[in-house]
Amino acid sequence: MTRFFMRLFGVLRKETLQILRDPSSIILALVMPLVLLIIFGYGVSLDAEHVPMVLVNNDKGPMSRELAARFAGSANFKIKTAGSMTQAQSLVLARKAEGIIILQNNFTAILGGAAAGTGTGYLAPVQVIINGTDANRARLIEGYIKSIGAKWASMRVARGQTAMAPLVSISQRIWFNEAAISRYFLIPGLITLIMTLIGILLTALVIAREWERGTMEAMLVTPLRKVDILLGKTLPYYFLGMFGMGMSVVVGTTLFGVPFRGSVGALVGLSSLFLLTCLGFGLFLSAAIRIQFVAAQISIVAGYLPAFFLSGLIFDLESTPKFIQIISYIFPARYFVTIAHTLFAAGDVWPVLLPNAMVLAFMAFLFLGLAYRKMSKRLE
Amino acid sequence: MNSSVSSVSVALTTKDTGVETAPLMHADRVCKTFDTPGGKKIPALDGVSLKIFQGRVTGLVGADGAGKTTLIRIAAGLLVPTAGQMTLLGLDSVDHSLEIQSRVGYMPQKFGLYQDLTVIENLRLYADLQGVALKTRHDRFDKLLTMTDLAPYTKRRAGALSGGMKQKLGLACALVKSPELLLLDEPTVGVDPVSRRELWKIVYDLVEKDRIGVLVSTAYLDEAQRCDQVKVLHQGRLLAQGSPDSFTAGMQGRVFLAAPDEQMRARQIYTRLAGQEGIADATIRSGRVRVVLNSPLSPENGNNQETGKQKIASLLNRSASTITTAVPVFEDAFMALIPRGDAQLHTPSTDQDKPWTPEPSSGEDAAVITNNLCKKFGDFTAVSNLTLDVRRGEIFGLLGPNGAGKSTTFRMLCGLLPATSGEIRVAGRNLRRSRAKARARLGYMAQQFSLYGQLSVKENFKFFGRAYGLSGKQLKIRMAWAFAEFGLDPWQDKPAGALPGGYKQRLSMATALLHEPDILFLDEPTSGVDPFARREFWLRINGFAEQGVTVIVTTHFMEEAEYCDRMVIISRGKTLAMGTPGEIRSLARTPENPDPTMDDAFIALSQGDRP
Repeated sequence: MTRFFMRLFGVLRKETLQILRDPSSIILALVMPLVLLIIFGYGVSLDAEHVPMVLVNNDKGPMSRELAARFAGSANFKIKTAGSMTQAQSLVLARKAEGIIILQNNFTAILGGAAAGTGTGYLAPVQVIINGTDANRARLIEGYIKSIGAKWASMRVARGQTAMAPLVSISQRIWFNEAAISRYFLIPGLITLIMTLIGILLTALVIAREWERGTMEAMLVTPLRKVDILLGKTLPYYFLGMFGMGMSVVVGTTLFGVPFRGSVGALVGLSSLFLLTCLGFGLFLSAAIRIQFVAAQISIVAGYLPAFFLSGLIFDLESTPKFIQIISYIFPARYFVTIAHTLFAAGDVWPVLLPNAMVLAFMAFLFLGLAYRKMSKRLE
Repeated sequence: MNSSVSSVSVALTTKDTGVETAPLMHADRVCKTFDTPGGKKIPALDGVSLKIFQGRVTGLVGADGAGKTTLIRIAAGLLVPTAGQMTLLGLDSVDHSLEIQSRVGYMPQKFGLYQDLTVIENLRLYADLQGVALKTRHDRFDKLLTMTDLAPYTKRRAGALSGGMKQKLGLACALVKSPELLLLDEPTVGVDPVSRRELWKIVYDLVEKDRIGVLVSTAYLDEAQRCDQVKVLHQGRLLAQGSPDSFTAGMQGRVFLAAPDEQMRARQIYTRLAGQEGIADATIRSGRVRVVLNSPLSPENGNNQETGKQKIASLLNRSASTITTAVPVFEDAFMALIPRGDAQLHTPSTDQDKPWTPEPSSGEDAAVITNNLCKKFGDFTAVSNLTLDVRRGEIFGLLGPNGAGKSTTFRMLCGLLPATSGEIRVAGRNLRRSRAKARARLGYMAQQFSLYGQLSVKENFKFFGRAYGLSGKQLKIRMAWAFAEFGLDPWQDKPAGALPGGYKQRLSMATALLHEPDILFLDEPTSGVDPFARREFWLRINGFAEQGVTVIVTTHFMEEAEYCDRMVIISRGKTLAMGTPGEIRSLARTPENPDPTMDDAFIALSQGDRP
């Protein structure tokens, strides 16, 4: 038993010293998460604010001016006015505006007729042209415009300026992320990404480096057991990963004001499960791959990219094709993104957390077991 | 040969007579085959049976791919034999690997030192892994550090040690728990001669004091001579075994020396003799050509020597009295022993064979001149104040152990790396100003295989030929020349990556010569190449130099300096000496050692220049 601890502490001390002295692992474990947090916290936003738009108002009536003022007053838009359609088009082509809102010259007339109940029709058309290069953003802009139009219409009804009232009035309220700020959604997901990086990429790289430098061969011919190697490699990176996680949570809640509604105990416990899954996968990879370059490639393709795209971190999985959804179930990141979202926005909702945690526990067991089986004290 | 070491081995042989106890290691018809990705099976070991005993140093020699590393790895429990049985300390290597690993020390070729850890941290790690008790640890570390002279550097990181110190630390780590058997896989490759001798002294001291057994594989045949027992592996089989004396005994009267005279320089004699019928080996040693004859020429022992002398003399058109006999060493026996399938060399001797005529001198007689050349990487000085001149048509050697600054110097000469200060002129052009023009006259062969592995031999030639501006008929002629000259015809359409080691090296060299350069730069061309390929290589270089090509070559094999016209020895960035091989050897001449080798010279030169 004392021999066991001597060996284990020997390996642990070595790993710790290496991490402390090797700038690349510090960069990957501590600097990289910070960079990601800052990029996601400040840079990436799925909300559209101050979108530059051109307004072409061909109608000189009071109604069109009132609606135009509504657009101009919205925080979502930065409105420029153009005298003609040609001028507006050139602004869009020059990328100075992302779309055009056109009010026809009979806008007031149509609405006035509608109010009098004698006109040619009730619908006053507002033409909207949006740059659709980024389809998501275009849809977002479209939504803002519609909601401004609807709000204006319902206000007119309230003021009794028109007889036409919407048939159904939708009273909208968003739960959990009340202000619908995308940052509140992105940062919890980001923790998944950071833990994947440390758990899979760093572990796989570090072991592949031992193969390349020949230290693994010297290690294998010592009376080291497989358990010693596994524990010696898991524990330091477990602590490093948990440190990265803790740092992300602290930065997320303090710097970016993301609300955290769950308990710290649940966070530590559940993220440990996820981290162990990642470490197991990383160790399994590195037992098979002995070249750093290949190890990095595979851990990015099999670990990082799925954690990014197939976890619901950025793209809602519900709106993806069915087979993508099915594929996403094999990646542990999916389960932890759900857990992180729940813990941050809703709290310790065990009916949601528990099933996901069970899957992660199973995966952790599976990957660590596979890593143990695949690991060999021989060179073949 | 170092006198202290040989006295140790003599002491050992006397002790050895009593040792016939159970072997420490016993290989019983061990076979090992590897599967290639293509599904082919490659036999690395083919029924090897041998025994290693306590209190002896057993050397394992053989060409590249003979199976040395595979055998040692099986013994260390890293590989499982395909057939046969390997027993260590009476235990099966497969079933009891953990037990064996706690009683056997193993030092792999590329020893696993943790570069980020200090000397003492590395030792402590291996002590932890080997379960060395804390109480005994302090004394053991003290002993190992004293033995390896590493005591002053305990706090230095392993990555910052010199090549020789790294090897000694690796050895100390393998010895941390007084093993009963020590397995060493090429422990001295690329290590400077001083450290090599120190390493061997440590090993012999251990054998003498602790009575352990040592199995050591080596590429240096002079080291095999110092072993108590030698096992020769060839193509996975045990070809011969015995004491070095038993090997050399059969060589009496087959080894001769031919000294240069007014008509022929040593290199010319060497070119004339190498590869001739009946000659097993020709090398230049201490300024003379050493010739080993294939087999005894006549059945009567008495006539043997005279007929041998006559044979050599007739090849050189001189009288037999100018040929002297030499005391055979293990290397002679080894070269005569190993069957060589591909020994026949094409040596350019006639005018038609001339590869090309280098551009006539453009006024300047020197091919390369440097003046106070320096290169710093941060605080670290890789090369300091190097001043040299290489004349046209000479073979110029840049010698020194790993990490001496050879490759850095080389890259500066080729214009691949800017110098920190100092001046370089190559082919009469200042490298700072007209790099591209100077480069077109250079051929460069990098240390590592740097051709496209997926392209065929022919495609590589076409690509590099065009890159150097050859095309059409000219390219065709040069390719035809390269195929013939380097024996690459059968490999034309094979991917370069699939060539055997020696052929890869030929291909690299052929590629560097396609555009008929005036100056050929060869960076460690013989590193990791077995003695046969090394000899073939030097013969070829010789041929090109005779045609007027200037050759600048780096090597860490000191004895290869003999093939150079002039050379510079560098160590840790500093120039130790420059001159002809004879001049440099004479620096080490003492009354006790009237005929020093290049190794002796290096050791003498680096006295007072130790870290």
